[in-house]
This record gives sequence, structure tokens and C-alpha cells, in this order.
Amino acid sequence: MKSDIILAGVGGQGILSIATALGEAALSDNLLIKQAETHGMSQRGGAVYSHMRISDQPIASDLIPGGTADLILSVEPMESLRYLPYLSETGYLVTNTTPFVNIPNYPEIEAVMAEIRKFPRYIAIDADAIAKEVGSTRASNMVMLGAASPFIDIEFSKIEDGIRTIFGRKGEDVVNMNLEALRRGRQFAEENR
Amino acid sequence: MKLKLLTMHKHLFLGVEAIGQGAIDGGMSGVYSYPGTPSTEITEFIQENPIAEERNIHRKWSANEKTALETALGMSYAGKRAMSCMKHVGLNVAADIFVNAAMTGVNGGLIVTVADDPSMHSSQNEQDSRFYGKFAMIPVLEPSSQQEAYDMARDGFALSELTKVPVMLRITTRLAHSRAGVARKEVLPENELVMPTDPRQFILLPAIARRKYKGLLESQSLFLKLSEESEYNRYEEGTDHSLGIVACGIAYNYLMEHFPGGICPFSVVKVSQYPLPENHINRLNRECDEILVLEEGAPMVEEMLKGFFSNGTPIKGRLDGTLPRDGELNPDLIAKALGKEMFEGFNIPEVVVNRPPALCAGCGHQDAYLAMNEALADYSKGRVFSDIGCYTLGALPPYETISSCVDMGASITMAKGAADAGLIPSVAMIGDSTFTHSGITGLLDAVNERSSITVVISDNESISMTGGQDSSAFGKIESICIGVGVDPAHIHTIVPLRKNHEEMVRIFREEFAYNGVSVIIPRRECIQRASSRKRNKK
Repeated sequence: MKSDIILAGVGGQGILSIATALGEAALSDNLLIKQAETHGMSQRGGAVYSHMRISDQPIASDLIPGGTADLILSVEPMESLRYLPYLSETGYLVTNTTPFVNIPNYPEIEAVMAEIRKFPRYIAIDADAIAKEVGSTRASNMVMLGAASPFIDIEFSKIEDGIRTIFGRKGEDVVNMNLEALRRGRQFAEENR
Repeated sequence: MKLKLLTMHKHLFLGVEAIGQGAIDGGMSGVYSYPGTPSTEITEFIQENPIAEERNIHRKWSANEKTALETALGMSYAGKRAMSCMKHVGLNVAADIFVNAAMTGVNGGLIVTVADDPSMHSSQNEQDSRFYGKFAMIPVLEPSSQQEAYDMARDGFALSELTKVPVMLRITTRLAHSRAGVARKEVLPENELVMPTDPRQFILLPAIARRKYKGLLESQSLFLKLSEESEYNRYEEGTDHSLGIVACGIAYNYLMEHFPGGICPFSVVKVSQYPLPENHINRLNRECDEILVLEEGAPMVEEMLKGFFSNGTPIKGRLDGTLPRDGELNPDLIAKALGKEMFEGFNIPEVVVNRPPALCAGCGHQDAYLAMNEALADYSKGRVFSDIGCYTLGALPPYETISSCVDMGASITMAKGAADAGLIPSVAMIGDSTFTHSGITGLLDAVNERSSITVVISDNESISMTGGQDSSAFGKIESICIGVGVDPAHIHTIVPLRKNHEEMVRIFREEFAYNGVSVIIPRRECIQRASSRKRNKK
């Protein structure tokens, strides 16, 4: 198997929590990983991304070649479009619909959504609203991971295990809330793909 | 048994973390660094590591890269293993000690880890530190993977002790900040305190230095032999001899990405240790019609192979346009260089706009800039010289206050030079940590000549741009300024908050009008650091 994933968002939104959960899942599935992150200046509210590569074969490059990514997983709608040159002809675009507006010239959200809807294979999900329903908007990244999970070739139970591992320290309630967020995200994607 | 467990379990390490772990496992007694992206997390990893704590490995931040590397050399003098970490431009600050440490040589193993930033993700240039290694004539290691980064950091001390010179470990942003599985090896003990066998080894008086230099020159053949025999360098024979490829460091991965299973039809020389392994390169030259050089950074190897007259085997790379002359490499650029057709992906819709980094909401630098702008409104534009840090973002809207950002400390000295030229007042905007890194000497120059400059030391009590590390300046700025000779009547401290705006504007106005050196210190803790401090308390 091979899953090449571009994680996208804005500095401070915590896209690396998704990478960590997915990384744990992949490790427990005995898969190989390479994951390139953005550190430094762009973390100050700028556009950030991570190249996450998971495979059962050795992975050469830390960066995903253009036009070959299986999935763009974005926690912010405009950011989901920034990395389209990486997506393969059969790739999926999964994005949160809640905009993160920290620039004066942020486009009309409808114009952004129109571009996303033009795309043949997309999931647009209001992860913040679902996260609120399950307990806290802080779980929205796990809603996003759930929404992307049908397009990642890792057993769903392993992703659940990953969440148990990374949130375990914070107690049963936090684990359960994040698991619920994950499942709700997956359910939405299954119903809307 | 313990060893076996360590090697079986793989750690998912960033390249920088792999280096930190490798250095600890290699018996290091001290790390000496100044933060700088993408090198910062090496030292942070060591600071938080339980073995480092148990052994009491030195791991506090230094005031700048020069003091860091000098201190590391002192530890090496005393026989122990030390590492100094910095970003590429940090090596400019440490260049004097770096080049001269190659002349003195080492006692305990010394690794200088330098993280380059091609494409300038968080830097003001993309200089290639391998040139410094070549300039100082020392071995350079350039890992292609996180595992090699670990191995090189762990075993680099022994290489340094064998060659008797410092060893450079050069990485670039992508390896620094990319994660992969790393297998650890046995943890080596630290060295005992042992004095240098030659008591004059570290005395670079001309007569001794001339002898030392001849020794360094004579050592070059050993360094070459070690490169030729290094497990990090190898010749991978191909079947198609129309092209041979030299792939340095991480560029090797970008190349192999296009050959699943690792079977490349062309012969490849993988280079991860310098000086260049002449045996492999000569063989490639004999066996192949053309040579393509893939290297992250500047075309250093390409220039070496090409020479001046270019009469031999055609050399392709960054100089002939096969690859771009600047910027980092990636798999796509290498596919193009190999003539491979790739699906180019979808276009970015026009609706997508840039999202540049910005000062955080609530950051004290913002209040300082707003007050400064108001106080400067009476003067012509272009009077504020700035420096390296978050406040460099004051170049962007809505502030657009600053006119320069060049190197650490240049705000004060450039303001002085402009004032000398007649631009009065000139203003310097510098952060607390940048001030103690490289600003104090410039301030002394200004004080000695009573230059008409106003120095704004925007103090957020932290090294914030790199993630909130402890600042050497903490609690010392006023006393440093007074010690350097600034008139205490012209040193002002204020809390940069909106409610103090009028007061700040008044102070700025008064001091801009003063004919001499004044220092204004807006002081409020970095809000990122404050919130992470609160989180950690919980």
C-alpha cells in the first residue's frame, strides 16, 4: 500500500496533531513513514503544510512528487486549494469548510467553496460544528482525520488506536471525545463521497 | 540485551531529533548553540532528554554562535566530546573560530552541525555551508536520511578524534524537519577529562600556526582516503552508461524516488562524506558519457567537476540550466532533469491568495511599531533599521515601519552609519536576544561617537521567532546599556500596551529629537511564550 497525503492549514491550527495520530496508526500497522513538516517563520499565522508518506515499501523522497498525492487533507478551505498541483488525477480533496480569516484580503468564502465543488472528488465538511457537537471545537482536527480516513489505506481500528495513544495521557473523556469526533467525520465522508 | 532492544525498536525522529539523539548516544558531554531555523530543535531535543539530564550534559543556550563554538572548542581542549549547532548564517557569525578550530585541531571530538535553508523558508540567504567546510579543509558529512543523520552525529566524534580536526555535519531544511524511523545504537560513554598531548596545540602564534597549517595540508590525504572508504559514499553500478549521476545528501532520495525498488539504470555515486571520493567520481567519469550532478544548495561539486575549461565529460546540473540555479531540489525538478514525463497536477485557482506570516494578535512589537510610526510621522520616510526576529514582520502592512533586515545586530550599526551620513535621527529596532547576540558592540561604537541614534530594544523576554527559547538578555538590558556608556537619563522602559500608547509616542518623540544615543525598551513577554508557560504550569 501507499498513501501520499498533503496536510494543509494555517500556522497554529495544529495540523501536526493529525500527522501524529496517523503516524501512530501507521507504526502500529508496521508501515513505513516519512513526514516533512513546516517549522519556523511560516508558523506565525502563515500557510503551513506537511507531506505525509505512508507505505509498506521503502520510501525514498521526504517530499511527495507533484501530481502524485492520493489525498489533500486541509483544515481550512482556501488552504485546500493551495496544494492542488500535488494531487494526482485520481486523488481526493478533503477539507474543513470553516475559514480561518487572518488576512485582510481573504476571498469571499462562496468563491472558495465554488472552486472546491468544481473538483470531481471532494469532501467538504464543517468540522468545527461537528466537533462542537461532540464536546469541543478542539476536536475538529480529529473530525477531519475521520473524514479523510476512507481514503487512507490503513485499518480504521488502527487509527482509533493512534488516537488512544496520543490522547491517553489526558484521560478517558478526552480520548472518547476524540474517538467520537473521528467516527462522526468518517460517517460524514461515507455518506457524502 | 539492552542493546538489542534499542536496535529493534525504531523511533520516529525528525532529522534534527535524530542528530540530538545521535550526539547523546555518541558520548557527547556538551552541546553549545544559538537558536536558528532549521537547527533549533537539535539542542531543544537534548535539553528535554532524560539521558542528557541524568548525565548533566551541558545544554544551555549560548549568547551567539561564536561564543557557542568557542566554548565547544574549550570542552574539546579538555578532552571531552562537544557539538555546536547553528543555522547556515550563524556559521558566518562563528566563521572566525570555525576556520581557526581547523588550524588548532581538536582533543575531544568536535562536531559543528550546520543547518542550511535552501529556498529561504526562514532565512535571509541560502548560502551552502559545504563551502565553509572545504574552506576550512575539514571532513564534511551530509546525511541522506534520518538514520544517517543519527549515525553521523553518533560516530562523528570518533571521526573527529581520528582526523584530529572538527567535523562538519551539514543538513538542509527538508531533512531537518522531516520524520522517519531511526534505529538507535549502543550508548557510548563520555570521554574522561584529558589534557592535549601537545601543550602548544591550541596556540596559533604565527610560528606554530605555520607548522599546524602544514599538518592540516598533510592530513588532506587521510581525509580523502576516509571519504573513499566511507560507508556513506558508494558507487552503484547501472546498465545504461549514457549518463552517470552524482547525488549528494538528500538529493539521493529525490533521485531514487523515480526508481521504485532502488533500481536506477544509470550509475550513481552517492555522496554523503567530503572531501569528494575521488575513486568513485573517477570511475563514473571513465564509464559514463555525461555526468549529472544533483546537490542541495550551490553547485559546489558541479563546479569542481567542471573546472574552468570544461574540456572533459559534459557536466550537467545547476550551471547549464538542467536544474534551477537557486532554490531547493525536489523530486519534480529531478524528474525533469532525467527527462521523465510527469502528470503536472492541477492548477491553483486564482481565488487563492497569499497568507504571509504575521505578528501574533496581542504581540508587544505591534504596540511599539504603532507608537513609533506616529512619532516618526513628522520626519521623512526610511529611517528605521531593523534586525532578525519576529519584529522583521514590521516590514509588512499594516506597519511598514522598517527599511532594513540584513544580519544579526546590523540595525544599530546601520543606523549609526546612516546618522554619520546625515540622516538624523536614525532609529534601530532590535529584539532583546538579537541585542545580546550581536548588538552590544555596535551600541558601544555609537556611544563612543555620540551618534544621533535611537535604539529601540523591543524586549519580549524570549527568543520568539524560533519558538520561545531563553534569552541571554533576560533582566540585563538596562545594566548592559548603562555599562556600555548610554546616559541613564536617555534610557526608558515602557510596557507596550494600547493604554500606554500616548506615553510611548511622547518618549519616542523626545528621544528622536535628542542629539545623542538613546535607548527605549518596550518590555512585555512574548504572548506565545506566556501562554505556553501557563500551559506547562497546569
